Amino acid sequence: MSDWRKDVEPLTLKGQIAIPYTWHVGDVGSRFLAALRDEKKILGSRCPECGKVFVPARKNCGACFVDISEWVELKPEGVIEAYTIVHYSHPIQPVKPPFAYALIKLDGADVGFLHLIKKDLDKLKNGLRVKAEFSGERTGKILDIDSFELV
Amino acid sequence: MGRKVAVVGTGQTYHRSHRPDVTSREMIREAVTSALADADLKIKDIDAVVIGNMDHFESINYVDTYSIEGSGAFMKPIMKVSTGGTTGATVAIAAYYHAASGLFDRVLAVGFEKNSESDTTGAIITCSDPIWDRFSYSGAIPSLATEATAYMEQYGATQEDAALVGERDRNHALNNPYAHLQRPLTVKDIMASPMLAYPIKLGDICPRSDGACAMILAADGIAQKTASRPAWFKAVSVRHTYTWFGDSTDYNKGLVSMQQASQEAYARAGIRSPVDELDVAELYLPYTWAGLKWIEDLGLCGRGEAARFVGDKNTHMGGKLPINPSGGVISTNCIGATAMLRVAEAAIQVMGKGGKRQVPEAKNALATGFGGCFWTDVVILSSERP
Repeated sequence: MSDWRKDVEPLTLKGQIAIPYTWHVGDVGSRFLAALRDEKKILGSRCPECGKVFVPARKNCGACFVDISEWVELKPEGVIEAYTIVHYSHPIQPVKPPFAYALIKLDGADVGFLHLIKKDLDKLKNGLRVKAEFSGERTGKILDIDSFELV
Repeated sequence: MGRKVAVVGTGQTYHRSHRPDVTSREMIREAVTSALADADLKIKDIDAVVIGNMDHFESINYVDTYSIEGSGAFMKPIMKVSTGGTTGATVAIAAYYHAASGLFDRVLAVGFEKNSESDTTGAIITCSDPIWDRFSYSGAIPSLATEATAYMEQYGATQEDAALVGERDRNHALNNPYAHLQRPLTVKDIMASPMLAYPIKLGDICPRSDGACAMILAADGIAQKTASRPAWFKAVSVRHTYTWFGDSTDYNKGLVSMQQASQEAYARAGIRSPVDELDVAELYLPYTWAGLKWIEDLGLCGRGEAARFVGDKNTHMGGKLPINPSGGVISTNCIGATAMLRVAEAAIQVMGKGGKRQVPEAKNALATGFGGCFWTDVVILSSERP
């Protein structure tokens, strides 16, 4: 009964879906990105209840569940909270390895800011100070900050 | 309070890297028929079905309907639940809610994945916020690697400490005929494997598997008649956090969602000292470092003590609290089924059906699920009706 299975050639079908999306950044996110693009400024926002400063700026505080209206300009500098150095390649990565993903606590912010470090990878340590390097051609996206560098 | 509910049957496939011989729904059917056989029930006995896999993996959106021939849910109430890495545990918990509500007596839960059919990293990245976090943190590895470096710096744990978790789980897998990777891996092997994102090496991370898992849950009164030793739900807990990697994951605080979910579950189950009162744990540990840091978040040992706790073989088979007798996620990872396998393996232990991987006289079992931006499911099962 099951003998035929021995001779079966297991076939596959190739497929790929590439669906274009246009994500609306929203008013709050748009102001944040426009400030990166036009003024090389990093904007956060402060929760009126818990006082936490979020970056990128948020429209509301997730924990207190209240609207946020106060904008805070942050220094483009902070300390490395945690990081990893990536050694493997994948088409989805923003730059070629090796590079570091780092959570950076910007001065005046209460949450980490996720970004890249491309230089001095052998010198990285938690607690070291880094500053944002803006890219020359800015189009209103998070990578308008090219990366962070050791101060 | 809802009705009391127990697991009365489990089934799973023999997990492999590729299953070219079956489609997803044919693979699902293997797990479902095996669970029905385990519970000695027929498909007509099932009142409702909950199914789940990870979105974007097989490019099938309507798996509730797609899977009908495999799940046996034709003309039955079926719902798809998908929560990323936790999917399998969430499906089990949703099935528990179904039965506990009083609306359904016997509920079938199914989790599956054919990781071989897609690009895992390309699919996993869709759990990151498309505007803010998707440009970076590609796939699962970098965020976990960042967590691991923070833990290393905080407590001085070494790469060898973490590798012992991998050696343990891969050794345990040798007792599990269903496990995908059935070749032992030593600390030395893991240390010699290629570096992916420091400190995660190839040997530290879970594989991609094809497989399915099914469980049958029954309400109080029916469960006792269906199984000689049902695995009773003592507690379930679900905790989700923000997707912002920068503020949901203050790595130095630990895995907050796992701390809160486990504390709530212990309280509901009346457990004061988990390491003494639990007999076995099936934990969603997708990489070796989780076997150190997260067992601290689960309160199984103190902060910074995990390396010694694991090093002293407390979590090996025969130890104080064996972790992952099945071989865990490091040995088998069919993502939509992975977290359900934790719950099902916990049930198998409580029901005394573990064969070579059985922990003797296991009464209370802990199972966890973990997902992408650091969220957590916790389930506690017991042979004792709560």
